[in-house]
Amino acid sequence: MLLALFADIHANRQAFAACLEFARGRGAQRMVLLGDLVGYGADPEWTVDTAMALVGDGAVVVLGNHDQAVSATAHDFNAEAQAAMEWTRGRLDREERRFLANLPLTVQEDDRLYVHSEASHPERWRYVQSVSDAGRSMMATPIPITFCGHIHQPALYSMSSTGKMTSFVPTSDFPVQLLPGRQWLAVLGSVGQPRDGNPAACVALFDTDRREITYCRVPYDIETAAGRIRQNGLPSWLADRLLVGR
Amino acid sequence: MAEAPSKKFLVQPGAVIDGFTLGECVHSGGMATLWSVTRADASVPMLMKIPRVAEGDDPSAIVGFEMEQMILPRLSGPHVPACFGTGDFARQPYVVIERIPGKTLYGRLAELPLGYAEAAAIAGKTAAALADLHRQHVIHHDIKPSSVMFRPTGEAVLIDFGLSHHNHLPDLLQEEFRLPYGTAPYMAPERLLGVRDDPRSDLFSLGVLLYFFTTGIRPFGESETMHGIRRRLWRDPVPPRKLRADYPPWLQEIVLRCLEIEPVWRHPTASQLAFDLGHPDQVRLTARSERLQRDPLSTVLRRRFNRGLTQPKPKADLARQLASSPIVAVALDTEEASPALNEALRVAAERIMATLPSARLACLNVLKLGRITIDKTLDENANNKHVNRLVTLRDWASPLRLDENRLTVHVLEAIDPAAAILEFAEANHVDHIIIGARQGSMMRRLLGSVSARVAAEAGCSVTVVRPTRLAETAQQ
Repeated sequence: MLLALFADIHANRQAFAACLEFARGRGAQRMVLLGDLVGYGADPEWTVDTAMALVGDGAVVVLGNHDQAVSATAHDFNAEAQAAMEWTRGRLDREERRFLANLPLTVQEDDRLYVHSEASHPERWRYVQSVSDAGRSMMATPIPITFCGHIHQPALYSMSSTGKMTSFVPTSDFPVQLLPGRQWLAVLGSVGQPRDGNPAACVALFDTDRREITYCRVPYDIETAAGRIRQNGLPSWLADRLLVGR
Repeated sequence: MAEAPSKKFLVQPGAVIDGFTLGECVHSGGMATLWSVTRADASVPMLMKIPRVAEGDDPSAIVGFEMEQMILPRLSGPHVPACFGTGDFARQPYVVIERIPGKTLYGRLAELPLGYAEAAAIAGKTAAALADLHRQHVIHHDIKPSSVMFRPTGEAVLIDFGLSHHNHLPDLLQEEFRLPYGTAPYMAPERLLGVRDDPRSDLFSLGVLLYFFTTGIRPFGESETMHGIRRRLWRDPVPPRKLRADYPPWLQEIVLRCLEIEPVWRHPTASQLAFDLGHPDQVRLTARSERLQRDPLSTVLRRRFNRGLTQPKPKADLARQLASSPIVAVALDTEEASPALNEALRVAAERIMATLPSARLACLNVLKLGRITIDKTLDENANNKHVNRLVTLRDWASPLRLDENRLTVHVLEAIDPAAAILEFAEANHVDHIIIGARQGSMMRRLLGSVSARVAAEAGCSVTVVRPTRLAETAQQ
């Protein structure tokens, strides 16, 4: 089965729509949304409604820290994130808020774990920034493959049976087989707010039969997405950064 | 321990693993066993490689096997064994590859030193194989006699990818070993500093092989101690001419360039090394070719204690490096073409060479043979013609002011100019052909367009150049 994995959509309708179209065009049979559907971007209603519809078709969605902050105050948000969150709360109706509040922290499926931040303490929203962060996550779970997001920069880590780590910045459109016999942590880039210097949206495909992951970049209408952020009076840096992918 | 342990399969003759029937065990090494296998739908002879993965076995066997499992299925072409299947550690780890007939170069060690021409031919074929591998984003990292075989058709085949690095795949050997892993006598100095992404490391190893095959002596000995291996970071090898008085200067030039401590002082690409090995008369001889002594102690000490020379460089991008060091061929018609066209060709060549400082330019001219007069090529007149053309080519190229080692000139004698240019490009791994269009000439009407055929049939990029409109009008 071909999975399409989306992380950190952040209410960017143009990016999410482009990635969904891309994934369907590549034959993805199942969508996996790795959290942070909302926050930062200007289309939370459309994004959440789309996610709800996808769940009806069998998609998996896990909770992100921004999704959680819709109903519970977050203490570690910076000023822009806080402003965007206050605006977002006012946009979502009761059903949409309930959908977000009820999302699970993690979902396990066969030999795969889906989580927004990392596997050792999903509720602490730690970032995987280094080999040691990745090692902590992999050590905390016996599940061979973990998919996560949160940091907005794609990376692929592995750990051998003797605890030796490898780190790797994936090349777009180049499938990598996640060899059995070692554990893997696939960190996805962001759909709606890439921060690795490439403004194109990130999405990944995973072929469960071949155990192959392909990190992809999808160009989308950034001007419109940035324009929507400005029109709605959200902090302008949230629009500017989309254009540079930082 | 003769067999690798298995969970579900008994590895023995007659056993069937995923449709492959095991024949005899053809090799039992420290890292793996090799079995001849057959499959109903495959007519090619095949080998199954099964790693040793028992308790206490070398952990590098597992990681090396994982690398092969990732890399082999992605490789193609005549210079690697074809891959027919892989099995993972969950059941029975294996890779099934094409069985290349014959022996590796290791089998020739008793005959060393070989003749210069034969050794250069072996190295040239191996360099061509490396060029093909590097183009597929892979650095071999274990080039030595036992990793090189030859097909009956002559192409070199590289085997054993357990230490290899793929530019677009995770490098599982990255943190596996505290010390650099590989075959000590052949290991490039930068490998000792942890660099695994420079394709020129393979050129160093091939240089060691070529030195060994032409002198019978390994340039850095056989030391396995860390100090012994590290010496190559500051100590250069004894020049081959010191060991064999008749050592050709062009060959010493190539060998010592391969063995340069700094990767940037070696040939920029395996294709360019293959080019030099294939054209001894065009190798630009520098002070390297003359040397009879190693570097003086003062130089060695400076290298040893100058940290700048031994610091790892920032990450190299394999594909970008190959792309920045192309072999460009410019085809010139010295007889028929207008001066305006030849000027336009020079401008086109100049622009490419100026943007790519590691590119090299091969200037071609076809000396057309009449079908009937073909046997007269050796007479004095024809010989003069050949030399005159070479002189003309050099003269055409002189305004480009290219360093001698970036420029070669070639007169191809042929009946069919387009075929000769295409053949040269193919044999020499040319990346880009620049050729002029003979617009409206009598020759073109009579013979058809050479440039059109080259553009249509070449395996690389072709730029067809026309004189500027202004120059053309002026001439009319």
